[in-house]
Amino acid sequence: MFKQKNYFVPGLAVLVAVLLLSLPSGSAMRIRWVVGSWFLPLFGFASASQQIPADLADIALPRHELLREIHSLRQQNDQLKIRAFQADALEQENGQLRALLHWQSQAPWHLKAATVVMRDPANWWRTVQIDLGSRDGLRENLPVLTPDGLAGRISWVGINSSQVLLLGDPNCRVSAQVMDPPGDVGILGVGGPLDSSLLDLNYLPGDAGLKPGQNVVTSGLGGVFPRGIPIGKIADFQTLEYGLTTQARVKLNVDLGALDHVFVLFP
Amino acid sequence: MNLTQTTILLVFAFLAVFAESALSGFRTFLGAQPDLLPALMVYAALCLDIWTVTALAVLGGVGFDTLSANQLGASILPLLLVGILIFARRDLILRSLPFAQCVLGGAACAIVPALTLVLLLNEGSQPLLGWGSLWQWLVMIVVGAAVTPGLFMFFEWCNQALGYPPAKEFSFRPDREILRDRNK
Repeated sequence: MFKQKNYFVPGLAVLVAVLLLSLPSGSAMRIRWVVGSWFLPLFGFASASQQIPADLADIALPRHELLREIHSLRQQNDQLKIRAFQADALEQENGQLRALLHWQSQAPWHLKAATVVMRDPANWWRTVQIDLGSRDGLRENLPVLTPDGLAGRISWVGINSSQVLLLGDPNCRVSAQVMDPPGDVGILGVGGPLDSSLLDLNYLPGDAGLKPGQNVVTSGLGGVFPRGIPIGKIADFQTLEYGLTTQARVKLNVDLGALDHVFVLFP
Repeated sequence: MNLTQTTILLVFAFLAVFAESALSGFRTFLGAQPDLLPALMVYAALCLDIWTVTALAVLGGVGFDTLSANQLGASILPLLLVGILIFARRDLILRSLPFAQCVLGGAACAIVPALTLVLLLNEGSQPLLGWGSLWQWLVMIVVGAAVTPGLFMFFEWCNQALGYPPAKEFSFRPDREILRDRNK
């Protein structure tokens, strides 16, 4: 089958593979950093090539269209300023009430914007890589959001990039609460391999009063995700285990297939 | 061992792994991301040497696992196994036929992800699997089978462009030389 000397080379590769598979996670992460840095020059190339169509579209956009867009953004900005005043007043009131009741005050959210640079090449994971790393203060398990709601959490951190486990990945479980009115808490699990927009919400009580369209947010249990981050809406539900538990399907607010920019939440 | 061919193949594999991560057109429209490494392995095993097959399995596998959430090294053994199996029987394969290239490309694209999943499950990982995975597997097989003859053509063109041109047949034949001698 082979010449005698040829046995040596694939044998060596098998040894390398077995060694890599049995490495402790810290060493494997260091190798990931090194190999991941080979791809760094291509990050810039990919983002620049993605920017070219947008730049061309900007050049082709007529002036009156730009003016109209500026006008609409100014109006939106004014509305948001007024809402920010209201939010500040509410925050102060909330702080005073919490102080009166001797409750722990809520820490404000600190967000850092990041760009999605890569997706998982394997079909059996749901992860993306973002362009922030340990140099930017990131660490494992920080929540990742978009303006529409929760997207996932940081799973490992490199120097210049990090991996985000998206909702629906088997390693990203979230404790979620059904709202309107606030009530039952369940575990948001995995979805199907093809459809990333519908996820199962498991372990709800059998008598959970669910209705399609109810909002689902993070419950704050588990210590990873703070309370109240929007996740999605109840699409449908069914009772399982002879009525002992209810399983609902949640339509996610975030389009995970079209993630471009995300925010990392620092508690 | 032809160093130029090996280098071109490894650079192509590096770019292919990056493209699978950076470009998501297939994922958006078909729901699955095809993998080019098994198709490249078919070319390496049929046309190049065992060193290149091994280098592609190790470097390609590590690169793929680095960009994915796979356990590091999980893609090396399946790629190597497919490469060695084809390499061992390559004298019996009509490697220049596009049909043979298609069949081998499809088979490699079927075997490599299946074996990788078996390895991951054996290591205790919980990959995202379901009935939709069968569709993703089918897309990977079909795309792999369609792409493999194209890869053969591309690398043949690269070899012609960067390698020495084939020696032309010389018209002189010593057995047909007319000897002119005064003594005959």
